[in-house]
Amino acid sequence: MSTLSTLRTPQPGTNRALRRRRIRQNWGQPWLYLPLAGALLLMIAPFLWMLSGSFKPEADIRRVPPVLIPTAPTTANYGELFSTLDFTSMFANSVIVALAVTAGNLIFCSMLGYALAKLEFRGQRAVFLLVMGTLMIPGLVTFVPLYVLVANMQLTGSLLGLILPFLATPFGVFLMRQFISTLPDELIDAARVDGCRELAIFAKIILPLTKPALATLGIITFLGSWNNFLWPLVVAQNESQYTLPVGLALASSGQSFTRFGILLAGAMVVLLPVMIVFLLFQRQFVAGIATTGLK
Amino acid sequence: MTSMSTKTLPERGGTHEQGTAGSERSAGRRHSGLRSAARGRQARAAWALAAPFLALFLAFMLLPVVWSLLMGLTDTKSADLRTPLNVSFVGLDNYVRLFEDPQFFTALRNTAVFVLVALPLTLAAGLAAAVALDRGIRRFRAVFRVGFYLPVITSIVAVAVVWKTLLEPRAGLANLVLGWFGIDGPAWLADTRFALPVMIVMAVWRNLGTVMIIMLAGLQSVPQSLMEAAELDGAGPWQRFWRVTFPLLRPALLLTAVTTGIGYLQFFDEPFVMTDGGPLDSTLSATLYAYKQFGNGNYEMASAAGYVIFVLIVALTVLQFRVLRDKD
Repeated sequence: MSTLSTLRTPQPGTNRALRRRRIRQNWGQPWLYLPLAGALLLMIAPFLWMLSGSFKPEADIRRVPPVLIPTAPTTANYGELFSTLDFTSMFANSVIVALAVTAGNLIFCSMLGYALAKLEFRGQRAVFLLVMGTLMIPGLVTFVPLYVLVANMQLTGSLLGLILPFLATPFGVFLMRQFISTLPDELIDAARVDGCRELAIFAKIILPLTKPALATLGIITFLGSWNNFLWPLVVAQNESQYTLPVGLALASSGQSFTRFGILLAGAMVVLLPVMIVFLLFQRQFVAGIATTGLK
Repeated sequence: MTSMSTKTLPERGGTHEQGTAGSERSAGRRHSGLRSAARGRQARAAWALAAPFLALFLAFMLLPVVWSLLMGLTDTKSADLRTPLNVSFVGLDNYVRLFEDPQFFTALRNTAVFVLVALPLTLAAGLAAAVALDRGIRRFRAVFRVGFYLPVITSIVAVAVVWKTLLEPRAGLANLVLGWFGIDGPAWLADTRFALPVMIVMAVWRNLGTVMIIMLAGLQSVPQSLMEAAELDGAGPWQRFWRVTFPLLRPALLLTAVTTGIGYLQFFDEPFVMTDGGPLDSTLSATLYAYKQFGNGNYEMASAAGYVIFVLIVALTVLQFRVLRDKD
């Protein structure tokens, strides 16, 4: 930030100025650390509360004023969660739905994204405008007829009803098209000259090169599906189809609120898997989000 | 399933034939036969790649969008679910009923307050965090970044449950901390004055990380030479930010403002989990209103409300483009 001043040779007797400069180079603005640390504590306080509450015995939960560190940590809340609320099947449902939706989006969006970015065909512009035009349409506008549709297809009793409407989303096409159009055309032309068939070009040349974009889309789609609430709430008819957010939300309404050790344990089960994945891959994760935002 | 695919597939097939034949014909006039055959192959491949997406898209996006519009104009309530076409058109009656319902107005007002307060706060907090991390911090930057971004990846439902217990008047963390300072905390979610503001704070808490990450990437792409040039020209830090940095961040800020705004206008999970719209409808959002109409079997009202929200989303987006677009 101050290249001019660092170039100057330090005069004897300006040790303090020098030291201050060195601190600045190592730390930036030292006075900012305290407020930022305070903000950081506020940001993670709900998570700490959740962690502590999920291990609290019933006696601690009812204690007024509350205690932050459980007096006798227990895993009873987790046990009850899985035995009475059937969180095992909800967890499985969430995983199945999120994986299926992610796979569908990776496949279908990259296919259309490639066609829109690199192939010439009649109606290309119309298809592009049609798909992009629906990016802004909220799920709320479609959920009533979608419900009637899925009910008439007799899918309200199966996980397929949770998966089908989300297999192909406009956002994914947008992302893949943006990325694939940055790949060089020469690559495709060269493959054509070598006699490579059109669909093989996509599968063997384009797909391997789009891994970064596929990773970003995969992360975003998986998270979106894992956290999705309104649609599973509308469609799920019985407990065997509940996803984690639906099960947790319905458990938290009504009587069980007083048992919030169980609810906090439930929140842990919903949040922990994605938090662990995020912490492990946060570099790639953040890079992906940042680049989507800048395009 | 079968009825859907037989309905959409022929349409798609139709366009396919037309597309291929058309491009071959027009290309044939201008180029050699070899070239036009290549074009035809390319078009066929393109449609083959587009077909699965378009089939799903027509069935689960386009059809419902149009159907929903029609539903809002009919007396769907009297019809059986299995015979959705057995209805009569009632024009704008449902919309008239919607706007005559004081509860819908309450829902719209709550949604407006939520968006108009939470959106600028989220953008400002995210931007402030990004600038602080970019310029002020050298050590532990990753720790701060991860901590600030963590809430973004979480499920709103799970977070809402956690906050609900956090705000519990007697056994919750919020009032425990206030108690340390001698403040007697309110019954947050049961108090009409605090329930909506609490959800605004929650929304800012959960979403500022998105703005921060995208702004951080933007800040790092601001050329250092530009900043030094501005500094040599005598621009102070404040001027440097507004004159040099901010204009460069504008496109990224517009994008986050639009996407966050669209999400905020559909504000649903928090009031559903935490208050069910209460107390006294003080957290009833437009989406929650639509959901409740749906739950009562008033599909036509839910569809109409959905379209009102859609119009609001378009209006907000247009407004944001006007305000934040590059002015050059």
